[in-house]
Amino acid sequence: MSDCDCSLLVLGEDEAQDYTMQDYAGAMPRWCPGCGDHGILTSVQRLLEEEQLAPERTVFVSGIGCSSRLPHYLKTYGFHGLHGRALPVATGVKLSRPDLHVFAVMGDGDCCSIGAGHWMHATRYNVDMVALMLDNEIYGLTKNQTSPTTPQGHPSNTQPRGSYLPPLNPLSATLGISNASFVAQTSDWVPAHLYATLRAAYRHRGFAFVRILQRCPQYSTKIFDSFLRDPSRTELLIHERGIDVPEVADLYPNRRRHDPSDLDAARAVAQDTSMARLGVFYQNESHPRYEETRHVPPHSVDERLELLTAEFDRHAI
Amino acid sequence: MDAHTGASTMAAPPEPTSHPRLLRLAEHTLEILSDPGEGAQKCGQIFGEASARMGNGVWTVEIIPAEIQPPARSPAGGSGNRIRVGQGPVTNWGDHANLVVAFNEQVLLGRHDLDALADDAIVLIENRWASEDDEVIRKQWESAMAQLTTRNYRIIEVPMETECLEVVDAPRKGKNMFVLGMLCWIYRRDLETVREIVARQFRKKSAEVVEMNHALLDVGYRWAEAHLDFQFDIPCTPPSVPMVVTNGNQAVALGAIAAGMELCAMYPITPATSVSHYLGDIFERFGGIVHQAEDEIAAAGVAIGASYAGKVAFTVTSGPGLALKTEFIGLAVMGEVPLVVVDVQRGGPSTGLPTKVEQSDLLAALFAQAGDAPRVVIAPATIEECFNAMITARRIAETFRCVVIVLTDANLATGVQPWIRPELDRRWLADPVDQAAVPNGVRPYEWDPNTGLSRRFIPGQPGGMHTLTGLAHDERSTVAYTPDVHQRGCEMRSRKLAVLQNALKPPPVHGDSDGDLLIVGWGSTKGAIEEAVDRVRAEGQRVSSTHLTFLSPMHPGLRELFARFGKVMTVEINYSDAPTAPYITQENRRLGQLAWLLRASTLVDVDCWTKVPGEPLRPARIHAAIRDALSHERNP
Repeated sequence: MSDCDCSLLVLGEDEAQDYTMQDYAGAMPRWCPGCGDHGILTSVQRLLEEEQLAPERTVFVSGIGCSSRLPHYLKTYGFHGLHGRALPVATGVKLSRPDLHVFAVMGDGDCCSIGAGHWMHATRYNVDMVALMLDNEIYGLTKNQTSPTTPQGHPSNTQPRGSYLPPLNPLSATLGISNASFVAQTSDWVPAHLYATLRAAYRHRGFAFVRILQRCPQYSTKIFDSFLRDPSRTELLIHERGIDVPEVADLYPNRRRHDPSDLDAARAVAQDTSMARLGVFYQNESHPRYEETRHVPPHSVDERLELLTAEFDRHAI
Repeated sequence: MDAHTGASTMAAPPEPTSHPRLLRLAEHTLEILSDPGEGAQKCGQIFGEASARMGNGVWTVEIIPAEIQPPARSPAGGSGNRIRVGQGPVTNWGDHANLVVAFNEQVLLGRHDLDALADDAIVLIENRWASEDDEVIRKQWESAMAQLTTRNYRIIEVPMETECLEVVDAPRKGKNMFVLGMLCWIYRRDLETVREIVARQFRKKSAEVVEMNHALLDVGYRWAEAHLDFQFDIPCTPPSVPMVVTNGNQAVALGAIAAGMELCAMYPITPATSVSHYLGDIFERFGGIVHQAEDEIAAAGVAIGASYAGKVAFTVTSGPGLALKTEFIGLAVMGEVPLVVVDVQRGGPSTGLPTKVEQSDLLAALFAQAGDAPRVVIAPATIEECFNAMITARRIAETFRCVVIVLTDANLATGVQPWIRPELDRRWLADPVDQAAVPNGVRPYEWDPNTGLSRRFIPGQPGGMHTLTGLAHDERSTVAYTPDVHQRGCEMRSRKLAVLQNALKPPPVHGDSDGDLLIVGWGSTKGAIEEAVDRVRAEGQRVSSTHLTFLSPMHPGLRELFARFGKVMTVEINYSDAPTAPYITQENRRLGQLAWLLRASTLVDVDCWTKVPGEPLRPARIHAAIRDALSHERNP
C-alpha cells in the first residue's frame, strides 16, 4: 500500500519530511502494565517512522475494546468508532480517499464476533488497508468474558466452567473468503517478527489481515504462557516471498518453509492449531481491489452541472 | 347466477358511433390493472407523462404487490397505476377511480374490495376469461362478475388479446400498448406525443419493436373509436415554465447529485432501493458511486467514513434499515460527522408492509438512540421537495456538523408528478474538502459557546491530527468522563438545533390564519389534506391547515399559531388508538407521532386522526374526519 497508484491520487501525497518516532506519539497509553498492546503500539510507531508516513495523511480506524484505544496513542488522524464496525468506516475512508494510508485496528470480539460480517466482506472487497486484529482471546475491557477465539475449556465470567466450544480459527476463516489477498499471524512477544509482519502488511497492495496474538495480563495470561515458556510450541513460516527474521532464528528452532502464494498449503497450515505459527500464510497481489475497481475520475463542478442539465432534459416535458 | 343478466349494468361493446358523447371534465382518475409483468405500469407511466406534457395536472401512484411474480389472476397480486389527471395541478391520488382498465377480473376484484372504484366507474375489462377452456377460470369470472355487478359500474368487455392478434402472435405482452391506445382515444391524448414517448421507452430495442408497439397503439385507438360511445375532454394548459416529470426517488437521486454528493452507501430495501437503481445507472458519469454494502449497518459506516474523510456521502434506507443504523447515527452525532440519511418510510413495525406507505418512523428518526442524540429531521411533502431536501440536508449537515434525516415515504417514492424544473446552482456542488493546514492551536471541537458550532477537520490537513471518538470528549477530542465535560458536550450538540431553529420561519397556513380547527400534517399527505380542507372551507367551515417541513428542530411560532384556533388536530399515516375503543382513556390513548411531538413542544391539547391503511390518505376520508372533529367540538 506504500506506492499508491498515481491515478487514484486525488488530493496529494506525503511530502518528504524527516519524521521521528516522537512525531507519531499521541496520548499516554492507559493499558494495564504488561499488556501486549504496548508493544504493538511501539511496533506500529516504528513502522510509521521507518516508512515516513505523513501523520496528517494516515488514518487509524478502530472499534471498541482495549485494542481499539490504539489510535488515541498515536498522533495521526484516528477514528475510534463503534464495537465491531471499524472495517466499514475504514472502507468508507479509503474508498473516497485512496490517497490516505488507512489502518483498521480491532480486537477479537470486534472482528470475529459482533463485526464478523464486516470482516468477511472487507476481506472480499480487498480494499487497500492494513487490518490488525489484536487477539487476546478474551474480552478485556468488559472484564473477562469468553470471546470467539477463547480456547475451549478456558474459564471466564460468562462461561465459568470453561468455554464450551472449540475456538473460531480466524486464519482459516479469512483464508476461506474469496479474494482474500494477505493473511499473516504474529505475536506481541516477538517484537522483531511483529515489526517485520506489519511492514509486509503495509507494503502489500490490498487488504492485509494480520492476527496478532496478544497477551492480556489480567484475563488470559495463561492462554499464552506455554508459548512463551516453550519455544518448541511455536513455528516460524519462512520464505523469501514471506518474512524471515534472522534475529529470532535462534529463539525458535521450528521453521517451516511455506510459499505464501500457495493457498492450499496456507489453508492446511492454518488448520493445524497444535502450534502457534508466525509468518505470512498467504499473499496474492493480483486480486481486484474494490477501491480501484470502483474508481471513477472526479468531475469538475462545470462538468457535473452540464451532465445534470442533460439528465434533466431527459425528464423534461 | 349468470353475470350477463339480472341487475347487471354490463354491456357488450356499444355499437360503433360516429358521434361519441364528449364529456368535459375538470379531472378524472383512472386505474390500469394487470398481473405483474403484463405492463400495466408502463402503460400508466406513459399515459401520465403524455398527460403532463400536454399540460394537465397529473399524480401517478403505483399499485404494487409485495411479490415479484405472485400467482396470476389473484386479487392481492394486481400491479398497475392509478393516474389522476386534472385541468389544474393535482397534488394527491384522490378518492375513487372513475375509470378502470383491468386485464383480468381478479385484479379488478382486488381493487373493488378496497373500495377503490367510484360507484359509477367505467370498467373496461379483458373478456377472454369468460370463455376460457378452464372451467375454474370461467367460474371465477362468473363469481367475480356477480360481485362487481352489485355496484353501478358500467362494465364494458373488451377483447384485448383477440384484437392484439392483428399485430402480434403472443398478445399477453403487447396488450398494454393496446390499452394505451384505447385510453388515448378516450381521453383525446395527443397521439404523436404518446408515440414519441413509446419510441423512447423502447429505444434500446430494435426499430421493429418500436413499430410493433406503435401498431398496437393504433389498434387500441381504432378499437375505442369504433366501439365506445364516450370521450373525455380535460382541458390542458401547456406549462408556461419548464417542467420535469419524475417520481420521488428519482428526485432524491437528482437532488443528491445536485447537492454535490459523491457516494451513496446502501443495502437493498423496499421502497428505498430505486434511488440506488437510478443512481447506479447514472452516478458514475458524475464521478459518484453507489456502494452496495454488506448490510444496513455497514452502509451507514461507509457513508460516515467517507464523510469523515471529506466526501459528501449519504445513505438511503427504509424503517427497518434505519433501526439497524441507529448506533452509527449516534456515533455521527457524537463525533459531529456530517451525515445525510434518507428514510423512505413504509408500513411497520418489523417487516410490516414493505411496498406500502406509512409515516411511522417520525419518532424513531428523532429519538431512537442510546443517550441524547439531537439531529435534524426534515420531511419533504412533494416530489419537488424531495429534490430540494437533499440540497438543504447537505448544507445543514456540513454547516452544523450534524446528522440530517430526510423522511420521505412510499407514496412520494413511487408517485409521479410534474414539477418546475429547478435552476441549478453551482454553489450546491462545492467541494467540502479543504486540505489547508489547521491554524495553530485550533481544537477539533472548538465549540462556539453560544452556537455549539465548530470547525470541521478533515484527514490530510496538517496540524489537525486527533482521534475522533464516540466516547465523551472535550474540545480536544480527548476522552473525558468528568461530569462537566459530558454536560458541556451534550449542551453544545443540542444548542446547534436551537441555532438552526432560529433561522427557520413559521410554517405557512393554508386557509385563514385563525378559525375553529387547524389541521397539522407532515410529509406526503400535504396534497390530500389541503384538498380536504378546501372542501370543508367550501362548505363554510372555518378550517385551515399547516404542513411542517422541519420536525427537528420544529418550526418556530407553532404555539402562537395553535392559539388562534379552537382545536388543533394532526392527520397522519401512522397508528393511534381510537378514543372510543375499549380500555382507551384520555390518559392512556396512544397518539399519532406528530401529535405527541406537538403536545410536548407547545403544551396544546393536540388531537389526531391517523390511519394505517397501507395506501395514501384519501381526501374524502380526511374530509369526513374533519367534519367529525368539528361536530364533536360543537357537541362533545
